Amino acid sequence: MIKNDVDITPELIAEHGLKPDEYQRILDLIGREPTLTELGIFSAMWNEHCSYKSSKKWLRTLPTEGPRVIEGPGENAGVVDIDDGDVVVFKMESHNHPSFISPYEGAATGVGGILRDVFTMGARPVAAMNALRFGAPENERTRHIVSGVVEGIGGYGNCFGVPTIGGEVNFDARYNDNCLVNAFAAGLAKADGIFLSEAKGVGLPIVYLGSKTGRDGIHGATMASAEFDDDSEEKRPTVQIGDPFSEKLLLEATLELMKTGAVIAIQDMGAAGLTCSAVEMGAKGNLGVNLDLDKVPCREEGMTAYEMMLSESQERMLMVLDPNKEEEAAAVFKKWDLDFAIVGETTDDQRFKVYRHKELMADLPINELGDEAPEYDRPWVESPKLEPVAAADVPAPDDLGKALIQLVSLPDMCSRRWVWEQYDNLIQGNTMAGPGGDAAVIRVGDQGKGLAFAVDVTPRYCEADPIEGGKQAVAECWRNLTAVGAEPLAATDNLNFGNPEKPEIMGQLVGCIQGIGEACLALDMPIVSGNVSLYNETNGQAILPTPAIGGVGLMPDVTKRVGNSFVATGEIILLIGAHEGHLGQSIYQRDIVGKAAGAPPKVDLAAEKKHGTFVRTAIREGRVTAVHDISDGGLLVAVAEMGMGSKIGASLTPSKDTPLHAWAFGEDQACYVVTVPATSAETFVKDALSAGIPTQAIGTTGGNELTVEGSHPISLTDLDAAYEGWLPNYMSAPDTH
Amino acid sequence: MKSAVIVFPGSNRERDMLYALEQIGGQKPLTVWHQETTLPDVDLIVLPGGFSYGDYLRTGAIAGLSPIMKAVKEQADKGVRVLGVCNGFQILTETGILPGALLRNAHLKFVCKEVELEVATNKSVFTSAYNANQVIRCPVAHHDGNYFADEDTLNRLEAEDRIAFRYTQATNPNGSIRNIAGIMNEQKNVLGMMPHPENLIEAAQGGTDGRGIFESALETIA
Repeated sequence: MIKNDVDITPELIAEHGLKPDEYQRILDLIGREPTLTELGIFSAMWNEHCSYKSSKKWLRTLPTEGPRVIEGPGENAGVVDIDDGDVVVFKMESHNHPSFISPYEGAATGVGGILRDVFTMGARPVAAMNALRFGAPENERTRHIVSGVVEGIGGYGNCFGVPTIGGEVNFDARYNDNCLVNAFAAGLAKADGIFLSEAKGVGLPIVYLGSKTGRDGIHGATMASAEFDDDSEEKRPTVQIGDPFSEKLLLEATLELMKTGAVIAIQDMGAAGLTCSAVEMGAKGNLGVNLDLDKVPCREEGMTAYEMMLSESQERMLMVLDPNKEEEAAAVFKKWDLDFAIVGETTDDQRFKVYRHKELMADLPINELGDEAPEYDRPWVESPKLEPVAAADVPAPDDLGKALIQLVSLPDMCSRRWVWEQYDNLIQGNTMAGPGGDAAVIRVGDQGKGLAFAVDVTPRYCEADPIEGGKQAVAECWRNLTAVGAEPLAATDNLNFGNPEKPEIMGQLVGCIQGIGEACLALDMPIVSGNVSLYNETNGQAILPTPAIGGVGLMPDVTKRVGNSFVATGEIILLIGAHEGHLGQSIYQRDIVGKAAGAPPKVDLAAEKKHGTFVRTAIREGRVTAVHDISDGGLLVAVAEMGMGSKIGASLTPSKDTPLHAWAFGEDQACYVVTVPATSAETFVKDALSAGIPTQAIGTTGGNELTVEGSHPISLTDLDAAYEGWLPNYMSAPDTH
Repeated sequence: MKSAVIVFPGSNRERDMLYALEQIGGQKPLTVWHQETTLPDVDLIVLPGGFSYGDYLRTGAIAGLSPIMKAVKEQADKGVRVLGVCNGFQILTETGILPGALLRNAHLKFVCKEVELEVATNKSVFTSAYNANQVIRCPVAHHDGNYFADEDTLNRLEAEDRIAFRYTQATNPNGSIRNIAGIMNEQKNVLGMMPHPENLIEAAQGGTDGRGIFESALETIA
């Protein structure tokens, strides 16, 4: 064993993100002082990002199983059965800290990482989405970050060749110094063509494939497990550099290699690179791993074992190959011009041994590296409950139309066209419904099937009431999938929170997970993969709790779907769901009145399921022509969006039981706006009511204005200009940073 | 008619193209790897979209030096039909098979949207299925589609009826000079175009306006 030429001081231990008691745990585990390389390995395996040490206890409570779930959390991505022997493989993962420090590279490598997770399992990526949260528009850095992040996502995904078909964008001062970039990817595979990371067999070659290892990204995962301060800019070297071209080659080579039957186990090198991937393959197979770092293809000279074990260079894979298929494998690597090398072998001693220049740099018990990682039951306090706000206590606008125009031009509400036109959303030729709808839809295979994708969370609800907010994130995602006609199958969660060592932040995490769990259970949408990003704080200021939910839904017949724009004039507009005009924590209250307050809308999961099931059936039976769920901005915003998309206006009669502004802008849950042909409206309403679904006709489509009885008509042209104008105008202003 | 699609490292719309050719031509096209030096006997050679060699150095520059491109040029000279779409168009200008260059989009951003194309001539093997001056819908998806050539070249292209497609003035997505979206060589057997007709060939994709190019080139309609 090599002797340390540096002292393992308390300062050095702290720099590795390890607490004194965690270091003691290491000493107890190995019975001696770790080498510097070993200290690095522990820091990589035991940081929050890789070990989930603060969240594990609570993540275990989430429902992760279901009749269609083939692989739940624990693999690179979740795997869900979509009939006919096909599976969808998907996951969402954050790349928040790197994206703040270096927006283009951070976001690009976030996309690269999630795509790799998907194709490592043998699935060809077919869809990508992203959930983005930026600081307040007036913050001097925001424009720069938006511009870089969007360009980075496009730069990577477009070149790689996956359609980016959906996502969310929010602005809030709470993300000023800590943006969120959550990237989602889904791929398709055959159920019998899934590859896992569990190594099998002793004495088998461990093969390194892909780009060379450099010094980029060292300690990336450790950085992602700490708060930021004013010096965070100095962490730029911890951000990885992406090369989507290499990733595309790696994709094709990996899938081709899998077809040869040579791959026994495979793991991509993501966070904590070579360390995590090698340990995971060995530990899952209950084997040991020997690595000879002299064999690792390096980009730079003189890299130490420590640097190589912690490098987060992108576009790299580690695999255990069948030695009998070595020739076929080598031919594939050569064809795609990728570096590959046999860098080690599996052993039966359950040790993780790392050699450099023939010297033993690390010798650790492989199972304990993962299993014995610290796990915390951190103290937490419940967020204080807020009283509901009565609609009558929320000031009404002077002019409904002006308020509506103001609403649709808000940073959080306006069109995201500026963003998604920078993403190739058509490549692969299967995009049936791209960005801008309630959910995006792609077709799958040639049997006429389709998959729908949506990503949702309403952070202000989560802060006001973590449990209801957690429920609402799942419910809205489920509702969006339903609104196009899909049956929600499963979800991935990306939990973004502040510092878990603060009991109130921990309380947000615990509450949101509880809400997510309840909703997933009630709506039969298990969590099959996910990622936790904590310590999203700068100088003590935490982000809004943001548990993004990415959902996948199945459409047996992809032609049986609807969009969220009106399709014809003279149709009847129906409101489905109990709509009472809930204004607490609404966009109207926050941005028009000026201060969000009170309890967020209650989520009645039984009603969600009942209403959604009814709407989905109606879509599949061809009884409705357009569907849009009610969410941010409320009923009138939903109707306005349906009109702007089609350039068809509407005349509405407001409810007499609710104050006008609450009827227009209340954000009640489990509600949909649907259109039906005039001839079938009466029967439709009768059927809905007899099924116990609150349904009422609220108006008709037609004209080029949006008219609410008793208020000034609003021209669609004005609405559209306001809706489409804000983001391009904002982004074209000179960059001040 | 038989067709072949050339695949370079970084091509990424080759599957879309293979699908379109098979759907419309009724025959599975061949796939040819860029390191080949000869081409199979086909009636149509297609250079698909993508980011060959990651667009490094300059779009299409490295792919233009691939071994297969010598064979493509020979076949083009012999009169075999060659269609280059997006990155394929960029490769054709890099190799000098087509004149001009594709610069970075005027607004400096990648753009993916639907545009309108005017069929500038239907007197070609690629556009005969359309009416003259017909306006069709077609998606674009590129970062470097801003066509440029010197005045003399542009005048010659126009005089020789070699402009196949123009963006309508209102939908020019990239600043291309004279709204040029696609041009042909002197013999009019090579077409390069930035838009992606292969992504709009069936009702499920929202329209069939892109079919005409393949129907023309593969002579699937009498």
